Amino acid sequence: MPLPEALAAGPSAGGGWLVAAIAWPVVALLLVIAGGERLAARTGALALPVGIAIAIAVALDVANAGAGGLTYHVGGWAPPLGIALRADWLAAAMLLVTAVVATGAGVHALADFGPPRAGSPGRASLAFWASLLGAWAALNLAFLGNDLFNLYVALELLTFAAVPLVCLDGSAATLQAALRYLLYALVGSVLYLLGAVLLYGAYGTLDMGLLATAVRPEPAAWAAAALMTAGLLAKTALFPLHLWLPPAHAGAPPAASAVLSALVVKGSFFIVLRLWFEALPGLANAAAMQLLGLLGAGAILYGSALALRQSRLKLLVAYSTVAQIGYLFLVFPLAFDASTGRLAAGTALAGGLLQAVSHALAKAAMFMSAGLIAVTLGHDRIAGLGGLARARPATLLTFALAGVSLVGLPPSGGFAAKWLLLSAAVATGQWWWAVVIVLGGLLTGAYLVLVLMHALSEPDASAAAPRPVASWRDAAPLVLALLAVFMGLAGLAPFEVGQEAVAAQAHGAMP
Amino acid sequence: MSPTTLYGLFGAALVGLGLYGLLTEPRLLRKIIAFNLVGSGVFLLFGVVARRGADAGLAGDPVPQALVITGIVVAFSATALAVALLLRLHEAGGGTTLDDDNGAGPDRPPS
Repeated sequence: MPLPEALAAGPSAGGGWLVAAIAWPVVALLLVIAGGERLAARTGALALPVGIAIAIAVALDVANAGAGGLTYHVGGWAPPLGIALRADWLAAAMLLVTAVVATGAGVHALADFGPPRAGSPGRASLAFWASLLGAWAALNLAFLGNDLFNLYVALELLTFAAVPLVCLDGSAATLQAALRYLLYALVGSVLYLLGAVLLYGAYGTLDMGLLATAVRPEPAAWAAAALMTAGLLAKTALFPLHLWLPPAHAGAPPAASAVLSALVVKGSFFIVLRLWFEALPGLANAAAMQLLGLLGAGAILYGSALALRQSRLKLLVAYSTVAQIGYLFLVFPLAFDASTGRLAAGTALAGGLLQAVSHALAKAAMFMSAGLIAVTLGHDRIAGLGGLARARPATLLTFALAGVSLVGLPPSGGFAAKWLLLSAAVATGQWWWAVVIVLGGLLTGAYLVLVLMHALSEPDASAAAPRPVASWRDAAPLVLALLAVFMGLAGLAPFEVGQEAVAAQAHGAMP
Repeated sequence: MSPTTLYGLFGAALVGLGLYGLLTEPRLLRKIIAFNLVGSGVFLLFGVVARRGADAGLAGDPVPQALVITGIVVAFSATALAVALLLRLHEAGGGTTLDDDNGAGPDRPPS
């Protein structure tokens, strides 16, 4: 783009909420740090509902903006000189679910990381709330960023906020898990950065919209795409790069595990989606997309099989995350249109997004209820769950409802997601992915029924009496689990509208 | 061989050395240093890219240089965080290497 033309393009109208979505968590984070240990929990808890309101405002603006979505040029400078923020229905859905899950985790955390009482140190509380708000800001930036370097910064901020969440208790085991996670994440982001340098060197821009028209299938672009994808897969914990995830997610406090498992891994996944669907559409080919799907299938089968073999509940839930991440990557082979050689935004993409959203809600609920179970019983050994149904029926109900969505039973969001993926597999004649989806569902059912069977059995005579836990603590996970279960009913309509919008965009806006 | 190509090759060598260290080195402090080697290699490539942009008649493309400053700040913060965690791990009696999940690591620290 010649210089005068770039300078003339002003900011588009109505993008102010995009800035608010990123700026508000940062403002809240600064207030939390300024307020210190005493005020951390109150400031953080008040900031969260405002975030939901902002996410709703963005979603309404996106709905009004129509097919193209919203674009905001920061400082009035258009790319390639400036950087753009962009929201479409994908970003709006992720913003909304992030705000909802973060709020749920925040409410749940008021018991563990609430205002410090006499004698209890408030440092963990300050660290939790600062990390939660930091992760939230970084996620919003990752969903809205339209510049590959801007996204790199978002990824790094996300890592820096997520690592402290892993080791809030400061024990040697969680510090080990945090360091392992940090190293995986750092290698991932440095590979991503290397890919971004190659793209800038070859095409002179990092804006996704401008790259999409400039990128040609040639070695520099292939190398860049491979490096960036590999780096992002390490951060998303896709099999076989998942080794850091189970110890990190299972060792964290429940509210932190919920944020890590439900949201943080989705940030890097979202950038993989953006990269292949929007920044480098000309590079997609059948073999690469099948490879991504194959890794996803490996994650589904391996993660589910390992979850089945766990003896501790939190590790089972963490391996379940490894498996559910696999479903997200089935989008790539299923969305690939061999006739045009491009990824088509359609049923498969809608299914993938629905899987990301419903897994976020269900997994957050499941980690929080697993945490409550561990507090009640004093341990989280699956074989020792007997008597739980009598001691904490609401907690067990939450766990089971979250499980309904993970398995994919109607009317849950998980069902709708897997249904869309299955129909995409049938429509494109790729029956092998349908087999994987069905097998994964069966294995998920097996490990969750195993937990429920133990929980519904009679308690051991030797088991200690269950400890009392305040019943309000069931509220946040129960609401999240109910949202996951009923999203299949409420969620499909807007997704279909979104699908049509994207289809219109793909047909209309292509140069 | 032009100086730009030479810089590019040195950058690639640093990335390769660093990745090798990250994968093979069991000690955490050395892993952190290896990560910094990779980072330096990538930053050097940013310089190469800026120089190549100068072929278009400019004295040098300023964008990669702006990016590299941000990259250095981020890598510095990452290193500080990693070293702080490593110190805490050492204080908590967790050694200075990563435990293997199955306990079959080459040099498992005494626990």
